[in-house]
Amino acid sequence: MIGFQHRVMIGLGVLGLVAPFVVYPIFLMKALCFALFAAAFNLLIGYVGLLSFGHAMFLGMASYATGHAAKVWGLPPELAILFGALVAAALGLVVGAIAIRRQGIYFAMTTLALAQMVYFFCLQAPFTGGEDGIQAIPRGRLFGVFNLADMMTLYYVVLAIVAAGFLLIYRTIHSPFGQVLKAIRENEPRAISLGYRVDQYKLLAFVLSAGLAGLAGATKAIVFQLASLTDVTWQMSGEVVLMTLLGGLGTVFGPIVGAFIVITLETYLAHMGSWVLVIQGVIFVICVLTFRRGVVGELARLIRKPL
Amino acid sequence: MDFFGIPPQALFGQLLLGLINGAFYAMLSLGLAVIFGMLNIINFTHGAQYMMGAFAAYFLLQYGGLGYWWSLLLAPVIVGATGVVIERLMLRHLYKLDHLYGLLLTFGLALIIQGLFQNEFGSSGLPYRIPQELTGGQNLGFMFLPNYRAWVVVVSLAVCLATWFLIERTKLGSYLRAATENPALVQAFGINVPRMITLTYGFGVGLAAFAGVLAAPIYQVSPLMGSNLIIIVFAVVVIGGMGSIMGAIVTGFGLGIIEGLTKVFYPEASSTVIFVIMAIVLLIKPAGLFGRVQ
Repeated sequence: MIGFQHRVMIGLGVLGLVAPFVVYPIFLMKALCFALFAAAFNLLIGYVGLLSFGHAMFLGMASYATGHAAKVWGLPPELAILFGALVAAALGLVVGAIAIRRQGIYFAMTTLALAQMVYFFCLQAPFTGGEDGIQAIPRGRLFGVFNLADMMTLYYVVLAIVAAGFLLIYRTIHSPFGQVLKAIRENEPRAISLGYRVDQYKLLAFVLSAGLAGLAGATKAIVFQLASLTDVTWQMSGEVVLMTLLGGLGTVFGPIVGAFIVITLETYLAHMGSWVLVIQGVIFVICVLTFRRGVVGELARLIRKPL
Repeated sequence: MDFFGIPPQALFGQLLLGLINGAFYAMLSLGLAVIFGMLNIINFTHGAQYMMGAFAAYFLLQYGGLGYWWSLLLAPVIVGATGVVIERLMLRHLYKLDHLYGLLLTFGLALIIQGLFQNEFGSSGLPYRIPQELTGGQNLGFMFLPNYRAWVVVVSLAVCLATWFLIERTKLGSYLRAATENPALVQAFGINVPRMITLTYGFGVGLAAFAGVLAAPIYQVSPLMGSNLIIIVFAVVVIGGMGSIMGAIVTGFGLGIIEGLTKVFYPEASSTVIFVIMAIVLLIKPAGLFGRVQ
C-alpha cells in the first residue's frame, strides 16, 4: 500500500514526463527550476520556521558560478552545475552562520541585508560581467553523451535534476533530522532543553536549503544560457517568498504549485510592465489576510489529507 | 594640509554627504523602531512611504501650488493618514499572528505602491527645487557648505531628538512605553490602546514621509528612491537593535558618517560597508549595539 503523498508524487512525475508534448518546454523548465528554488526555500520557512528574505543570493551566485565554470573554464555541464550548487552551499554556510544568531524578524532582515551585499558584490566583481551578466553559456554534453542543445534531452535532464532535489527535500523532511527541525520550529527552548544543538541543526538546514536553491540557479543558467543580476536582486528573493506563500507554507507540494502559478502569471503579464509588481503585491496582501494556508494547504484541508 | 593624502575638500565633502545619508538612516530607522515597539511589525512599506512623502511634496507644488514649507507640514499628515487607513483595514488583523506575516503584508503593500508609481512615472526621477530661502551656501574656509544640506542635518537631528523626548520624557510617551510592555494592563487603566496603536503607525509613517520631503530637493523624486534605501535601513536597525530610540538615532548618523569616510578611503566598499558592519556586529553582539537581550 503506497501512501497518499507518494501517489500524488508519482502522478506529478508522470505529468512531468508527458508535459513537454503539450506545453512549451522552455516555459516548463523555467517553472521547474523555480519550483525547486521554492521547495528549497520552503524547507527553511515551512519546517524550521526561518524566513530567509535573501534566498536570491544562492540562486544568483550559483548561476554565476555555473556560467563561469562552463564558459571560461570549459567544464562539462554536470560539473558546472555541481560547482554552482557547491558555491551556493558554501555561501550558505557563511551567511547561515551569521544569520542564525538572531531569530524571527531579525533573521529575515539580516538575510535580506546580506543578500543586498552579495548583490553589490556581483555588480562590481569582474567575473559576473556587471550589468551584462554572463551570456552565451555553453550547454555542452552531459557526461559527454547527452547533447543538451537538443530541447527534449535538456528538458528531461532538468526534470531529473529537479525531481532529485525534490526527493532529497522530501526525505529530509521525513527523516529524524527533519523531525528535530520541526521540533525547533514548534518550540525552540524545549528542543534546547532536550539536548539538541539547535544552532547546528538550523545551520545544516540552511546550508542544505542554500545548496538546493543553488542547484536550481545552476540548472537555470544552463537552460537559459544566461546568468544575470536579476537573479540576485531582492525582488527575486521576494518572488520565491510569494511562490511559497501562495502555494502553501510548510506543505510538500505547495512550492511546486505556487511556482507554476507565479511563472504562468508572469509569462502572460510580461507585457504589462510594472503592473506585474502591483499584482504580485495584491497576491501577497490577499494571501496574508485571508489565505494563509495557500492553495495546497486549503486543498489539503478540503480533502483532509496531508499534501 | 592633507589627511592621509586626501585633500580636505574631498574629505569634508564626503563627510557631509555621509552625515546627510545618516540623517535619513536615523529618521527612517527611528520610525521603524517606534512602529515595531508598538505593533510588533517590521514595516517593509517604510521605504515606499518615504517615497510617497517626496511625491506628495511634488504633487502639492505641481497641482496645489503649495511650496516646500507647506509640504513639510502637509505631506507627513497626508501620508500618515494613508498609514492610519492601512493599519485600520489590514495590519489590525495580524497582531495575533506570527510577526512574519506583518513583514509579508507590508512587503506586498510596498510592491503595490512602488508598482503604481512606477507605472505612472517610470523609473526616472522628477526634479524638485530647493526652496528659495535655503539656496546658496557658506564658505567655511576648509569646505563649501550648501545651506540646504546644513538645514537637512539640523532639522532631522531636531526631529529625532523631539521624537526621543516625546517617547522617553512625556506622559504620552510613558503610556506608549507601558502599552509596549503590557497592553492589556494599560487598557485596563482606561487608555484606548487600539487607537494609540493606530496613531503610532500613522506617526511612524508620517516620519518617513517627512524624511521623503527633506530628501526631495537632494535626490530626485523617483518611484525607486525608497526601495534600496529600506534595505540599508534594515541593516542599520539590525546593527542598532530596536530596543532603544536613542540607539536608532546614534546608529543612523554614525553609519552614515562611516559610509561617507569609506567613500573617501576605499570607494569600492562604500556600497557594502554597512552590511559588513552588520555581519561583524551580529558575530560579536547578536542583540545589536543598543539592543536588549530577549
